[in-house]
Amino acid sequence: MAEAAQMQVSDEVAITIQNMNKWYGTFHVLRDIDLTVQRGERIVICGPSGSGKSTLIRCINALEEHQAGSIEVDGTLLSSDLKNIDKIRSEVGMCFQHFNLFPHLTILENCTLAPIWVRKTPKKEAEETAMHFLEKVKIPDQASKYPGQLSGGQQQRVAIARSLCMRPRIMLFDEPTSALDPEMIKEVLDTMIELAEEGMTMLCVTHEMGFARQVANRVIFMDAGQIVEQNEPEAFFNNPQSDRTKLFLSQILGH
Amino acid sequence: MSDTQAQTVAFVRETEIPPSPPPIREAGAVKWVRENLFSGWFNTIMTLVALYIILRIVIGVFPWFFNGVWDAGSIRECRDILEGATGACFAVLVDRWDHLLFGFNYPQDAYWRPTLAFVLLILAAVPALFYMYVPSKFLIGTALYPFLAYWLLWGGTLWLPIAVLAAIILTGVVFRLVESMTVSTRTIVAGIVGLVAGVGLAYLLYLGAKELWFISTSIGTGGAFAGLMSLVFKAFSIFTYVFFIPMGIFVGYAIYQSASDGGLVTLVTSLLAIALMMLYAVGPVSGVLNGIIPIELAAVESRQMGGFMLCMMLGAVCVSLSIPLGIVLALGRQSSMPLIKGVCIVFIEFVRGVPLITLLFVANVMLAYFFPPGSGLDLFLRVVIMITMFSAAYIAEVIRGGLAALPKGQYEAADSLGLNYAQATRLIILPQALKISIPGIVNVAVGLFKDTTLVSVISMFDIVGMIRGPIQQSTDWISIYWEPYLFAATCFFIVCYSISQYSQWLERQLQTDHH
Ligand SMILES: Nc1ncnc2c1ncn2[C@@H]1O[C@H](COP(=O)(O)OP(=O)(O)O)[C@@H](O)[C@H]1O
Ligand SMILES: [Mg+2]
Repeated sequence: MAEAAQMQVSDEVAITIQNMNKWYGTFHVLRDIDLTVQRGERIVICGPSGSGKSTLIRCINALEEHQAGSIEVDGTLLSSDLKNIDKIRSEVGMCFQHFNLFPHLTILENCTLAPIWVRKTPKKEAEETAMHFLEKVKIPDQASKYPGQLSGGQQQRVAIARSLCMRPRIMLFDEPTSALDPEMIKEVLDTMIELAEEGMTMLCVTHEMGFARQVANRVIFMDAGQIVEQNEPEAFFNNPQSDRTKLFLSQILGH
Repeated sequence: MSDTQAQTVAFVRETEIPPSPPPIREAGAVKWVRENLFSGWFNTIMTLVALYIILRIVIGVFPWFFNGVWDAGSIRECRDILEGATGACFAVLVDRWDHLLFGFNYPQDAYWRPTLAFVLLILAAVPALFYMYVPSKFLIGTALYPFLAYWLLWGGTLWLPIAVLAAIILTGVVFRLVESMTVSTRTIVAGIVGLVAGVGLAYLLYLGAKELWFISTSIGTGGAFAGLMSLVFKAFSIFTYVFFIPMGIFVGYAIYQSASDGGLVTLVTSLLAIALMMLYAVGPVSGVLNGIIPIELAAVESRQMGGFMLCMMLGAVCVSLSIPLGIVLALGRQSSMPLIKGVCIVFIEFVRGVPLITLLFVANVMLAYFFPPGSGLDLFLRVVIMITMFSAAYIAEVIRGGLAALPKGQYEAADSLGLNYAQATRLIILPQALKISIPGIVNVAVGLFKDTTLVSVISMFDIVGMIRGPIQQSTDWISIYWEPYLFAATCFFIVCYSISQYSQWLERQLQTDHH
């Protein structure tokens, strides 16, 4: 908690979600979501499986389309206009549960692809940037290997580096550690903590409560497509208000 | 085990086990034979039966093959030389070598041209097939090859393929130009192009409506079926009459509207540019240039092509056209735009549902009706269109399988990095989907190559057509079967086996999981 307090949160707004609703066919996945994220905030989203956490953060970079309400990212309103979508996607980095590295490209090529093609960065400069971030996630020596030759933890760190190479202003994480063996979780969390300490705006779907306590300045609990409770981590864990939150916490912390 | 330790810990390793080499497999020929050929009574019987069959074949074939007569003028001479012994009459291959390779109509003094084209084909294929080892600048040679090969095979003036090449390059320039225009300039271009394309489309539709009406009246009303067809054509015609102006306006306006993002107007402008150049500029320009600096070879017509050369030409052209077309169809079938998706599905399902022979008959006969005599498409081109369509439909389905096998996460990762559709498709999706599809594509390509022999049914004299026609029906070589067909089979086997070996090598090259 002490560390989290040191990290600055600015008054500037990074993401505004108002009254957002989403359906899959007739299934109402997200209901009346209201959420404002300040620049520099680190938000952890948790909740039972199927509660719509992934859908929520995937709506933020338009991997999923929402049907009602508004989402504004960095001052750009998400609409069906492709220009806006591309702009937002290049500002928002995303890490997936299953890494989704490109298996036919080397680690270095994975990291330089988007800067070269989307940002039109010269190849050499893109490679320097890529090596910088690969060093940051502590795997520069794997640059010429293919993703299939790396361990899960290394792959996820590459995925983080790949996102960072686009110099995003916001990072989204969708259960980045839940496909990893226990001994690899820490190396990925350490990378994320470092990122948080540098002031990155982060939205993480995760059940790593230690991580939430250490870096989050807000924990959001979702159930059945709604935000049920949100609070500072200490208050959230020590003094949950709703019954559903209490039940959920007892289930994940209980064993 | 000491008692003190047993009380505290159940087991503690105190020495490391050093790594040791893997056990050497028992080897030896006898052991291999016993394990693989005689491992039980059933396998023993199978082995003996197989050995017997192989022996019979060898006994039958060897004398035939090694007694073969290579020097004779006719099948009777062969029999005289053999004097009743079994033996092949390979003399037919020597005697008709040129016909088997080039057909019986290709000018003899021009045999060097297809031969050179073949050698250059191999050279030109190397940079594309072994792209990971050859500097990419050599691909320019590969790109120029079709134009050179066209000139070598068909002759005429070299300026024609050069003019076509120039038209293609110019179209590329137009594409870049329109793409990089400021929105306000592009709006003007979009207005003009929209107007031209809209009016042009309306005019074409108007002509089509007139033609449909003409067909409907000429079918007549004799019989229920003809009457029905006539009504159908009338209905299409009226439909086209009603909608040709709105369609023109709609398309023209859509092009004008696309000025701000540029995709459609860029594409249509380029298409318009190349169509106009092909129709009105390429012929005259090459004529004029040839008048100034004549570079000519004696012209050869498509009907004169034949032999294995024709199979190679059809095979190479159709494979290299049907793969890109197959990719486009596969992507189109996955499109979220209903019109594009619908067109692709109808095309694929229709073409796959029709035998290739039917398509070839259509190419031979029907297409000739659609084009006025003289201005019609070249026969070779018509056959290429049909075979390409046919194999593209199959390749499209193979690639669709590859696309479906990609995890959704690949699309999402590409999207989340801000890559647009074209970039994601080209850089992420296709390389992986094509890699998965290699065995299937090669399967279709090999099948296509062998199917080129079907052109013999529309009296094109490919190698099989040559054997069935001019060779077997000549008085000299009447009813000779095994030798020429064995030769044709060998030719096809060499090419198909090479393709198969190449594809397996490529698959190993593209493997990225562990090496
Ligand atoms: N593409 C989809 N089509 C239909 N239903 C979906 C789709 N994706 C997710 N869902 C459903 O939406 C709900 C929320 O999913 P998700 O956001 O992935 O939940 P979480 O990440 O919290 O586990 C789940 O019930 C899931 O079955
Ligand atoms: Mg999820």
